[in-house]
Amino acid sequence: MSLMPKTPAAAARASTEVQARGSGRLTLTRLLRDPASIASMIAILLIIAFALCAPLIAAWTGHGPTEQFRETGLTPEGIPVGPNSEFLLGTDQLGRDVLVRLAYGAQVSLLVGVLASIVASVIGIAIGTISGFSGGVVDTVLSRTMDLVMSVPFLLCAIALVSVLGPSLSLSIAVIVFFSWTGLARVIRGQVLALRHREFVEAARSLGASRTSIMFRDILPNLVVPIIVYTTLMIPAAIVFEATLSFLGLGIVPPTPSWGNMLADAANGSLYLVAWWMVVVPGGALLALTLAFNLLGDGLRDALDPAAVSKGKRA
Amino acid sequence: MTRFILSRIAFGVLVLFLLSVFVFMLFYVSPSDPARIIAGDKATEELMAQIRANLGLDRPITEQYVTFIGNLLQGDLGYSYRSSMPVSELVVSRIPVTMSLVFGGMVFWLAIGIPIGIVSAKHPGSVRDRLGQGFAIVGISFPTFVLGMLALYLLYFVPTKLGFMLFPPSGYVPFEQSPLQWAWHLLLPWLTLALVVAAVYARLTRGQMLEVLGQDYIRTARAKGVDERRVTYVHAFRSAMPPLVTQLGIDIGLMLGGVIVIEQVFGLLGVGSLAVTSVAMQDRPVVIAIVLLGGVFVVVSNLVVDTTYALLDSRVRTATR
Repeated sequence: MSLMPKTPAAAARASTEVQARGSGRLTLTRLLRDPASIASMIAILLIIAFALCAPLIAAWTGHGPTEQFRETGLTPEGIPVGPNSEFLLGTDQLGRDVLVRLAYGAQVSLLVGVLASIVASVIGIAIGTISGFSGGVVDTVLSRTMDLVMSVPFLLCAIALVSVLGPSLSLSIAVIVFFSWTGLARVIRGQVLALRHREFVEAARSLGASRTSIMFRDILPNLVVPIIVYTTLMIPAAIVFEATLSFLGLGIVPPTPSWGNMLADAANGSLYLVAWWMVVVPGGALLALTLAFNLLGDGLRDALDPAAVSKGKRA
Repeated sequence: MTRFILSRIAFGVLVLFLLSVFVFMLFYVSPSDPARIIAGDKATEELMAQIRANLGLDRPITEQYVTFIGNLLQGDLGYSYRSSMPVSELVVSRIPVTMSLVFGGMVFWLAIGIPIGIVSAKHPGSVRDRLGQGFAIVGISFPTFVLGMLALYLLYFVPTKLGFMLFPPSGYVPFEQSPLQWAWHLLLPWLTLALVVAAVYARLTRGQMLEVLGQDYIRTARAKGVDERRVTYVHAFRSAMPPLVTQLGIDIGLMLGGVIVIEQVFGLLGVGSLAVTSVAMQDRPVVIAIVLLGGVFVVVSNLVVDTTYALLDSRVRTATR
C-alpha cells in the first residue's frame, strides 16, 4: 500500500523527461550532428552576408564595382595588379577591384540560383502533382511534355534564345527555370502515383474530401522531403548554369559584375595565365557556393529521411 | 518490340520537328536583319532587298520553313551568312574535334567514376568510401570552365614558366596526322571533362551497387563459395548496369552542347565553339543547323538506350504497350 502511490508518481516524473519532439526539431538535431551540413550552412550564410554587404565593401575600399583604376590598378604595361594592400584580391583587365566585383557578383549568383530554383520547383510540383493525380490523357500529355523538354539540347537552345532576345537577368532566370523543372516534376509524379491509392487517401475521399483538398492536405505534405531536397540541389545547378551563360557572354550584361562574366574576362585572351587571381577568386567563390549547397542538400536528405541513412552511410 | 521502337522513333521525330519550328520562329522574331549582316553597314536599300529576295526572306514564314525542311531532307542546309561556305561543310569540318573530345572523355569518365563507385560500395563508411564520396561531391560542384582554366594554369603555364612543357597549349591535332599528338593535345580537355562527369557515375554506381550487394542472390553466390571478385564484378555489377547505361545515353546526347565551355577554354575549334561564334555573329543558318544537330544527337542516343533496354529487359517492352 505504501509502495503503490510511488509508482504513478515515478511514472509521471519519468513521463515529463520523455518529451514529444516535433519532426522539424528532430530534423534540425540530426542536421546539427553532421559537421558537413553545419559547415555548409555557415558557408552559405557567410556568402549571403558578403553579398548583402557589397555596398559596404565598396564604401570601405572606396572602389565602385565598375570603377576603373587605370593608374593604380594596372601596371604600366596594362597588366592587372595582384592582391595588395589597396586591392585585397587584385584587379582585373580594366583595373577594377576584384573584391568589390566579387561581392556584387555574389548578389547575382544567389539571386539567380535561389529564385530560379524556387520558381522551377513550384512549376515542377504543380505539373508533377497534376500529372500523377489526374492520370489518363492529362498524365500522358504532361509526361510527354516532360520527356520533350528533357530531350532538348538545353545549352544550345539557351544560347540561341539569348542571342536573339538579347541577354538580361530576367531572361537568364527564365531559361534556367524552363530547363530545370522537369526533374522534380518526374519525382513528384512518381510519388503521387504511389500515394494516390494509399488507405489514408481513400479514407479522405470516403469522408467526402474534394480533389483539391486531397491534393493539398493529404498528398502534398507527404512530399515535403523530396521537395526540400530537390530544391536545395537545384540551386547549385542553377548557379552554374547562370555562370556558364555569363561566361559565354550571354548572361549578365557587362559591366555589371557576375562571377561568370568575371571568369569570362579572365579567359579573354588567356589573361588569367598572368593574373591567376582573376580565375582563382571568382572560380573559388563559385566552387565554394555550389559545394556548400550540394553538401547541404545531401545533409538535408539524410536528416529528413533516416531510412536513407541506414541504407547508405551506415550500411 | 518493333512497335516499341517505332513509337520511340516517332517521338524522336516529334522532338526534332518542334525543335526546328522553335529555332525557325526564334529567328523570325529576331530584330536583326540578315541582309544587313551579309551586305554590311553601307549597303543600299536595293541591294538588301535583292539579298532578301535571293534568300527567300521576303516570303511568308511558313513558306520559308517548308522550303528549309525540303532542302534539309536533301542534305542542303544553305550557306553561312558570314563565310559563304555551305553550312553542312562548315559543321561537318568541326565534328571530328567534338567527337574526339566527347568519346575520349567518356572513356576517362567511365574509367574513373565506375571503379570509385564500386570501391565505395564495397566498403561503405570506410576511409576509401569517404574519399570517394568527397571526390564525387567536389566533382559535381566544380564548374567545368573553372576546372579547365585551373588545369591549364597549373599543368601548362606553370611548368612552361619553369622551363619544361608538361602539356601543350590549346589546339587540336587531327588523329590521322599523328595519333600521339592528338591524344597529348586532348589529354587535359579529356581529364577536365572526365573529372566533372565521373563524379555523377561514382555516385550512381555506389548507390546501385549498395542496393544490389544487399540482395539475396549475392548472399547465395557468396555462400556457394564464389570468388568475391567474381561476385562483385560479374554477379553484382551486371545488375547495377542498366541505370548507368541510361545515364550514359543522356550524357552523350547532351554532350554536343555540354562541351561548348570546354572547347572555349581549351581553344578547340569544335561544333560548340562554332555555335558560340555563329551566335555572336548572328549567322542564322549555322545556328539552326547546330541546334538541330544537337537534337539529332539527343534523339539518336535516347533511341539507342531505349532499344538496348528493351532488348535486355522484356518488362520495358510490355510496359509501353
